[in-house]
Amino acid sequence: MKVTVNGQTLELEKPVNIEELLVLAKAEQPEYVTVQKNDEFIKREDFAITTVADGDNIEFLYFMGGGAAWD
Amino acid sequence: MGLSNEQLERYSRHIILSQVGGKGQQKILNGKVLIIGTGGLGAPAAMYLAAAGVGTIGLVDYDTVDLSNLQRQIIHQTQDVGKAKIISGQETIAAMNPDVTVHTYDEMVAAANIKDIINDQDYDFIIDGTDNFPAKFLINDACVLLQKPFSHAGIIRFEGQTMTYVPGQGPCYRCVFKEPPPKDAVPTCRQAGVLGVMGGVIGTLQATEALKYILGVGELLTGYLLTYNALTMNFRKVKLPHQKDCAICGEHPTITELTDYEQPTCNLKNKKG
Ligand SMILES: [Zn+2]
Repeated sequence: MKVTVNGQTLELEKPVNIEELLVLAKAEQPEYVTVQKNDEFIKREDFAITTVADGDNIEFLYFMGGGAAWD
Repeated sequence: MGLSNEQLERYSRHIILSQVGGKGQQKILNGKVLIIGTGGLGAPAAMYLAAAGVGTIGLVDYDTVDLSNLQRQIIHQTQDVGKAKIISGQETIAAMNPDVTVHTYDEMVAAANIKDIINDQDYDFIIDGTDNFPAKFLINDACVLLQKPFSHAGIIRFEGQTMTYVPGQGPCYRCVFKEPPPKDAVPTCRQAGVLGVMGGVIGTLQATEALKYILGVGELLTGYLLTYNALTMNFRKVKLPHQKDCAICGEHPTITELTDYEQPTCNLKNKKG
């Protein structure tokens, strides 16, 4: 099956949940990633029970700081 | 008040645009934009807005220019090292365009002062050019509570993102990112590095949004997060739904006043007076 993750096609051997997908798709710092499936946000507590089906469009949204050096 | 001959010439490339014209340029001249942080994002945003003739620009920063800022914070020059960023920014803008009045705020935004800063000139549009999540959430919350539009942006390494909040017209930053990540959990530019031009690309997009908002033209990045990857040269617009249960802009908000989140460690350096 094929899913799209941040615009890139990802081939999966078997259905996975969001938690597993975060690992498979090598999400950076998965504990802080906001996840969307087909334009809807998935709550963090639902990551483990939300499965990804063929053709799903997944977006990982990352925290990004930057700008003024108030760090 | 009409445009002077000098203004007709200075802004001629704007005025010739059917979406701007003399009327639009007058709107820009009457426009008031607050830029929070005069760093990688705020510097190019401030310069383009000043060049465009935004009549009132507010600059908020408590920091001084450091040599390591000059690789991307193009509003500051070599001779400005050690100078307060708001002063350096004000001087650059003054040299660029005498039509612009700059208001400076020598402080870090906090729950106690951000509403006063925004209300000081009743700014039309706010640009978030900060580098830390407590400030980003504070700007979001203050803009939602005051019903002010703002542009969020972030940059790191070869990547950037931006979105625009307009009251009642789409999600806020908190609809996407519920709360700040723990202190030091997500790297900053200082820790991870950033290609200097990233601020130019994303900060200029923020300035574009401010100008479009003032002019009332085109489609803003409301309901979208625009992400940019400089290595792959991919610009992507990710659609963002509004969250009915958002803690600040939802139907039953649980955040009704501003609070300060824990500041990142390096913010312990003293405010320059
Ligand atoms: Zn919201």
